[in-house]
Amino acid sequence: MSEKLFVIGNEAVGWGALMADCDAFFGYPITPQNETIEWFAREYPKRGKVFFQTTSETSSINMVYGAAACGVRVMTSTSGPGWGLMQETMSHLVNAQLPAVIVLVQRGGPGQGTTRQAQTDYFSATRGGGQGGYKTIVLCPASVQETHDLVQLAFFLADKYRNPVIILTDAVIGLTTEAIEAKEIDFGPLPPKDWAVRGLENQPDGRARFITSSHGLDPRIYPNYLALLTHLKEKYHRIEEAEVRYETHQVEDAELTLVAYGYPAGVCRQALEMARDEGLRVGLVRLITAWPFPYQVIREKAQKGGKFLVVEDSLGQMVEDVKLAAEGRSEIHFLGVFARHSPAEMGLIFPERVVEEIRRILHE
Amino acid sequence: MSEIAERKLVRGYPKLLLRFPTGIILCPGCQHGVAIRLLCEAIEELGIQGRAVGVSGIGCHAIATTLAQVEWVGGAHGRAGDMATAIKRVSRGKLIVFTWQGDGDALAIGTESTIQSAARGERITVIMINNGNFGTTGGQMAPTTLLGQKTTTTPRGREAKTEGYPFYAPEYMAVMKGVAYTARGALNTPANCLRAKEYIKRALKKQIDDVGFSYVEILSACPPDWHLTPLECQERIAKEVIPAFPLGEFKNVDQLE
Repeated sequence: MSEKLFVIGNEAVGWGALMADCDAFFGYPITPQNETIEWFAREYPKRGKVFFQTTSETSSINMVYGAAACGVRVMTSTSGPGWGLMQETMSHLVNAQLPAVIVLVQRGGPGQGTTRQAQTDYFSATRGGGQGGYKTIVLCPASVQETHDLVQLAFFLADKYRNPVIILTDAVIGLTTEAIEAKEIDFGPLPPKDWAVRGLENQPDGRARFITSSHGLDPRIYPNYLALLTHLKEKYHRIEEAEVRYETHQVEDAELTLVAYGYPAGVCRQALEMARDEGLRVGLVRLITAWPFPYQVIREKAQKGGKFLVVEDSLGQMVEDVKLAAEGRSEIHFLGVFARHSPAEMGLIFPERVVEEIRRILHE
Repeated sequence: MSEIAERKLVRGYPKLLLRFPTGIILCPGCQHGVAIRLLCEAIEELGIQGRAVGVSGIGCHAIATTLAQVEWVGGAHGRAGDMATAIKRVSRGKLIVFTWQGDGDALAIGTESTIQSAARGERITVIMINNGNFGTTGGQMAPTTLLGQKTTTTPRGREAKTEGYPFYAPEYMAVMKGVAYTARGALNTPANCLRAKEYIKRALKKQIDDVGFSYVEILSACPPDWHLTPLECQERIAKEVIPAFPLGEFKNVDQLE
C-alpha cells in the first residue's frame, strides 16, 4: 500500500505507525503534539485498533508497558513536561526488555517552559532520563517524510533489541506540512515474540509467561544483578556497532563541518549552500541517531584538523557529544538558542545567522 | 484398610499454586500466601486459568505473585490499573485481567491508576491486600494505617489532623458509576477466608460477565512490622482492624446505571 499525502509531521507519526502495524496508541494531550493524539483518535478505532486517551503521561507510558507485555506494537507521544512524567516507566521498560515507541516532540524548557520549538530534551533522551542508568535508541527526523519513515524503523528496532525507541522531533518538524509518500517499509525478519503474555491457553508450549521489571532482584531469568547488567551492556554494544545512522553533505573537503539534528539540520543545509556559494568550504553531519551517536565520523574529521560548528536550539546539549567525539583535537564552536531571530518563544535560528557565524569562524 | 480406601478428597491443593518448597521468601505469619491460595481456588473454580492474567506493582504482594501459576505482568510502583487496562484492551476483552496489589501500591502512589480505572468502569478486577502499612520497606504509614496506629513514620500514632484519615476504597468506589462490585474481606478465621474467596470469585465474575469494574480489599497481617506474633496479629485484626474497616459487600450490581 502506498498513498500520497499532504500532512504535518505530527500526523506523519500516525501514518508511519499505521504502516508499521502498530496496534495501540495511548496518549495525553500536550502542545505541540496534539495533532498526533487527535490523528489516532480519528483514524485508529475505525480500523479496529486501540486508541485511548489517558489521565496523565504517567498513565500513558504504563499502558504502553502493559500493551507491550502482550507482544503488540504500541506507542505514545508527548512533549517536555509529559516526557518528564514518563521517565520512571521508561526505565522499567528497559529492565523488562519491552519494545515500545515514544515520540517526543520537543518544546522549550525547563519547567512549563514554552509550547514552541526547541531542542532541550537531548540529554534526557540520550542519557537515560529515568532511574538506574540505561540506553534507548534515539531517532531524529529532519522532515515530515522522514518522520513517517523513522517511526517504522523505530518499531523494527524496538522489536529487534527488545528496548524502547525514542523519536526525538520538535515543533517545527511536527507542525510543518509536506507532501509525503506513506508506504510500508520492509526492514527484514524479526524473532517471534514468544516471551509475550497471551493467556496460558494461547501459549503453544503451555508454559505461563511473566514480564517483570525486577530483573536483577528477581532471579528467574538473570540469576543476579551483574548478570542483568552484563546482558544490557552486550545489548548496548550490539546497538552501537550496528545502528549508528547519519547523513553527510560535502564533508570531504570541508574546513568547517556543521553538526545538527531536527529542524536546525534543514537550516544548516541551506546555510551550507549559501556558504559554498561564497566559496567557503563547509560540510554538514546530520544525526539520524542521537544514540548511538556517530562519534566515528566526527572523530575522523577532527583528527584531520577540521573545525566544527554545532547548531542546536538549546543552551548546548548535543555539542557535548561532539566534544567527546573530537577528543580535544579540534575547535568546536556552538550556535545555540541565543542565535534565534527573536527572544520570544517563536524565535528560530535562520540560515543567514548560521552563515554569519561560518564567516566569523573561517575569517578569524 | 477398607476405611482408608473409602476416604474421599474433599479439599485438594490448587493446581495453580506453586508447591513447597517454593524458594519464595515471605515472613512467618504473613497472609499473602493464604490470599494467593484463595485466588488460585477462585480462578480454578471459575475455569479461567487459560485466560487469566495477573498484574502486580511493587511491594510484598509482588513477591507472593510468583506462587500462582498464571501469567503475570509486573511493572512500576502503583501502575497496575494502567497496565491491566492496556492488557484488557489490546486483548480485545478476551483476557480476564486482575491486579494484585498492596495498600501502598493501589492507594498511595497508585491512586490515579486505581481510582481512574474504577471511575471509567474499566473491565478489570483490582484485588488489594491491606496490611495497614508499607511492609516491604519496614512498616511506614500507609493510606490504610488506622488512626492511633504507630508506625515508623507515625511514631506517636497516626493523627487525623496531621497525617490525615485512612482511605476507604470499597466504600468510596461504591458511589462510582463505572463500578460493578466492591467488597472487603479478612483472613482471620476460616469463615472469613471462605467469604474472602467468594468476594474474589464474584468480583472476577463481574468482569467475565462484562458488567464493570470490580474491587476486593482483603485485610491481612504483617507480624514483623506490627511487632506482634502471628497469633496476636489475628487478635488485632478482630479487635481493632475489622471495627475500623467493616467487612462485607459495598456494591453488587448486574448492570451499570
